[in-house]
Amino acid sequence: MIEPIVGRYAHIDNHRIYYEEAGAGIPLLCLHTAGSDGRQWRAVLNDAEILKHYRVVAFDMPWHGKSSPPKGWQGQDYRLTTESYTTMIMTVAKALELERPVVMGCSIGGRIVLNLALKHARELRALIGLQSAAYVERYYDASWLDHAEVHGGRACGGLAYGLMSPLSPEEHKWETVWHYMQGGPGVFSGDLHFYQVEGDIRARIGAIDTKVCPLYMLTGEYDYSASPRDTELAAAKIPGAKVTIMKGLGHFPMSEHPEAFLGYLRPVLDEIRSR
Amino acid sequence: MIEHLPEVVNGDPAIVRWGREMHETFMLEIGDTQYLVTVRAGRIEKVEKGPFVMRAWSFAIRAKRECWEHFFRSPPSPGWHDLFALLRRGEMKFEGNQRVLMAYLLYIKLALQALRR
Repeated sequence: MIEPIVGRYAHIDNHRIYYEEAGAGIPLLCLHTAGSDGRQWRAVLNDAEILKHYRVVAFDMPWHGKSSPPKGWQGQDYRLTTESYTTMIMTVAKALELERPVVMGCSIGGRIVLNLALKHARELRALIGLQSAAYVERYYDASWLDHAEVHGGRACGGLAYGLMSPLSPEEHKWETVWHYMQGGPGVFSGDLHFYQVEGDIRARIGAIDTKVCPLYMLTGEYDYSASPRDTELAAAKIPGAKVTIMKGLGHFPMSEHPEAFLGYLRPVLDEIRSR
Repeated sequence: MIEHLPEVVNGDPAIVRWGREMHETFMLEIGDTQYLVTVRAGRIEKVEKGPFVMRAWSFAIRAKRECWEHFFRSPPSPGWHDLFALLRRGEMKFEGNQRVLMAYLLYIKLALQALRR
């Protein structure tokens, strides 16, 4: 069996970026979680029903997956910020000629869609935040994820493991852990700088206008990082945001339990398409 | 329940392999009851029940009895299913050598959740 997914490299803003795509129609740009890569979207990129109407694109952020770190990476700490993340997404969308795309992101991706809603609503058809919260306080010391005396792959994998639902299929949970175990040193913690320190968007989300760009927020009930309560707190400040709590799913719905997640995603994509 | 750790862990090579380099004693505190768990090369060598006098351990995981009862339920409820979930809700404390805890985090999670079976 050969999957419909095609992978390519693009040179965008001095970065060598790897992206995968499948399908034709409305562009759907997918953003992976902190410290992982685009493989998390494998089920969406393989879903025949979605591919009939959507051009699904998933890119690995610089430093992640098969995308390169920038030249000179060995002399610097990687740190994601609201500004750099937002610019990266809009630049990739433009370079790949995605016209008024739907953007769907999970975790850090679920956070940044809130900023996209504030800054780029008119350029986007709709936004889907998975495990979307306006802020998550630092409740553990993330510096251990990048420490010479702790195996980074094992520690990142151990952290990601617990964020998933005990009810998700073992095969997909361990695939998700594997992605985390393959991350470069300091990349997961560099993303968490945005998630847990710099990217607090609580004070601004009240200005999101969902009439300009619809916002869907889907959260797995077993997530304790961006918990259902965190999503509901954020949504309460955003008139028109549509919240769905996904039963039995955790922090990586598209990757830890693809089949259950697709059951929640397809109706959302149908609704976006019919608008 | 903690007394069953050796049988559920040592009989499962898929858990033991994640602790292969671990030679440590750590404390589990279940309400007022303390246990010292000694790991040798990923196998649980012994589980001792306190009270203890002047015993050393590398790290301790402490929570109320009701919290552990939620954690050990099969399946556990959302928000009670992982050590870090309990940490975030303020129900659990990690003390002592955090480096060892983080180095063997996956092993410790797999070992403890094996008690759910």
